[in-house]
Amino acid sequence: MKIIVAIKQVPERDARIRIDSSGRWIALDDIEFRMNESDAYALEEALLLKEAHGGEVIVLSAGPERVGQTIREALAKGADRGIHIASDSLASLDALGVARLMAAAIADEHPDLILTGLQSDDLGLGQTGVILAELLGIPHSSLILKIEKIESGLRLLRELEDGWFQHITLPTPALLTIQSGNTKLRYATLMGIKKAKTKELRTVDAASLGTGSQPSLLLDSVALPSRQKTTQMLPGSPAEAAAALVAKLQQEVRVL
Amino acid sequence: MSTVLVFLEAKSGSPSRISLEALAAGAALATATGAQLAAAMVGPAAALDSLGTLAAAISIEHPLLDRYTADGYTAACAQLVARLQPDFVLFPHTYQVRDFAPRLATRLGRVLISDVTAFSLAGSTVTFTRQLFQGKLNGHYHSAAPAPCLVSIQAGAFHAAEPAPTSVPVESFAPTLESSAIRTQPGEPFRAASQTVDLSSAPLIVSVGRGIKDEANITLVQELAQALGAELAASRPICDAGWLPMERQVGSSGQTVAPKLYLAVGISGAIQHLVGMKGSQCVVAINKDENAPIFEIADYGIVGDLFEVVPALTAAIRKAKG
Ligand SMILES: Cc1cc2nc3c(=O)[nH]c(=O)nc-3n(C[C@H](O)[C@H](O)[C@H](O)COP(=O)(O)OP(=O)(O)OC[C@H]3O[C@@H](n4cnc5c(N)ncnc54)[C@H](O)[C@@H]3O)c2cc1C
Repeated sequence: MKIIVAIKQVPERDARIRIDSSGRWIALDDIEFRMNESDAYALEEALLLKEAHGGEVIVLSAGPERVGQTIREALAKGADRGIHIASDSLASLDALGVARLMAAAIADEHPDLILTGLQSDDLGLGQTGVILAELLGIPHSSLILKIEKIESGLRLLRELEDGWFQHITLPTPALLTIQSGNTKLRYATLMGIKKAKTKELRTVDAASLGTGSQPSLLLDSVALPSRQKTTQMLPGSPAEAAAALVAKLQQEVRVL
Repeated sequence: MSTVLVFLEAKSGSPSRISLEALAAGAALATATGAQLAAAMVGPAAALDSLGTLAAAISIEHPLLDRYTADGYTAACAQLVARLQPDFVLFPHTYQVRDFAPRLATRLGRVLISDVTAFSLAGSTVTFTRQLFQGKLNGHYHSAAPAPCLVSIQAGAFHAAEPAPTSVPVESFAPTLESSAIRTQPGEPFRAASQTVDLSSAPLIVSVGRGIKDEANITLVQELAQALGAELAASRPICDAGWLPMERQVGSSGQTVAPKLYLAVGISGAIQHLVGMKGSQCVVAINKDENAPIFEIADYGIVGDLFEVVPALTAAIRKAKG
């Protein structure tokens, strides 16, 4: 099976959120980046499928130069090669614009399967994969936990709300967006990290893909949520705060 | 006159709670922009009889829509949009909508504004607010494309109206669908096999999140739960990692709880977690980040390192209980 995994580099989870001078995004100067969490699960599923059925795993990522580092991480975990859509101005595109770049960058690849995470931890749009499926004219399913290869294509386990699940079958080529939790994520081995340095990483300039169009959705500004501050904060040392909370639990919440 | 069309989702035959919230958002948007309000749902006409004042109520009926598929819903919805020519199409932000609405938007040459929590109007421009970084930041968006503008509404962001008889007769709409165009085959929904804990009836819950850092540290919150006589619950990453069984997960894909006390330890308060526990009578949060979204809904908060606060709290509770 030839599998493309689209991964996104996002700010580290504990990154301090400060709004930059443009008022349209957060300041990125002292921020660390990592692979988006559900994308890491998508990569893991792809590697498991390859181990079971053979084939090739190609990672695809769009963004500035630093994205190369996240692609290398995926290569170190076992992906075979990478495609980097290089762009310093992805933020000026909407999800459709990014999906168009991805569709153009993989136009000659003809994969059996494309995997993405179900949403990014920064923008949280949860759409890029589904849009890509429509652009490519292939079926998709989202919130997928398990992938099983069957004769007619794939049998999937899809997460529904409130602890419900569903099986879905669909033909390939297909696109799936992966939910976290089905498998344990692997770590890159030292050997893997060494090998990754020699694997093919093709850089495609976003401008050369000729998908340029005006975005239909614009992010005008960002703001820290205005807190209603209904929370009563219990200050002091851990012991003092704990004692104050116990008093509240006894006298006001009446559960002690 | 322009139209705000709200696409409702059925749950056990009637519009789901979050659909009615999306309808309320649609009503507010229609009032603000001087538009009329229409509602549509896949299902029988009778299910649309309590939606209050509407310009149109539309039941979408087709045997190929009996079970949800992205292909079927995308095609049906695209045809309805072509017929009604609405300015805005609103959806509840459910797993189903996440699955097909981006596809529908792409087919219409638009981009869905997903998971919206609020809107405001300045001149003729509607600005939509949605959360970034799992609730730590808000983004304000506007659509630069011609109508229709597609928007999905976050659970709990708007208040559903009380049911009232639908003001217009329900029309039926039969889309043209080919079975060959439906490429996915969905199976019956099912629940995970053994459900041995029922958190929904627990009066006291201690819930642990990624702040706990390591499986070995789970004993810290286990001891706190024991001292309190509480059930132990968790956010998704803890269950994903296998540190606690999935049946203890609280949130949109786990259990919904409403205890007298919900004590959240090292949980940031992402919307998918909040929807599962915001019905709690009292929420207490322990978090080292004073800006964590969980504090927005907590009654009491302790800003601090859980590795210091939790043992102190366990000791204080033991002492109080004698
Ligand atoms: C479709 C979908 C469904 C989902 N379903 C669910 C669901 O059912 N349930 C669910 O919970 N999530 C669900 N999620 C995931 C959800 O979006 C969040 O990612 C998740 O809830 C975050 O868990 P957390 O708060 O434990 O972790 P994080 O967001 O990483 O937060 C950890 C918190 O711990 C704090 N912390 C760290 N160290 C310390 C310390 N030493 N002392 C005190 N505090 C500390 C940090 O400040 C932070 O606030 C779903 C997501 C999607 C997209």
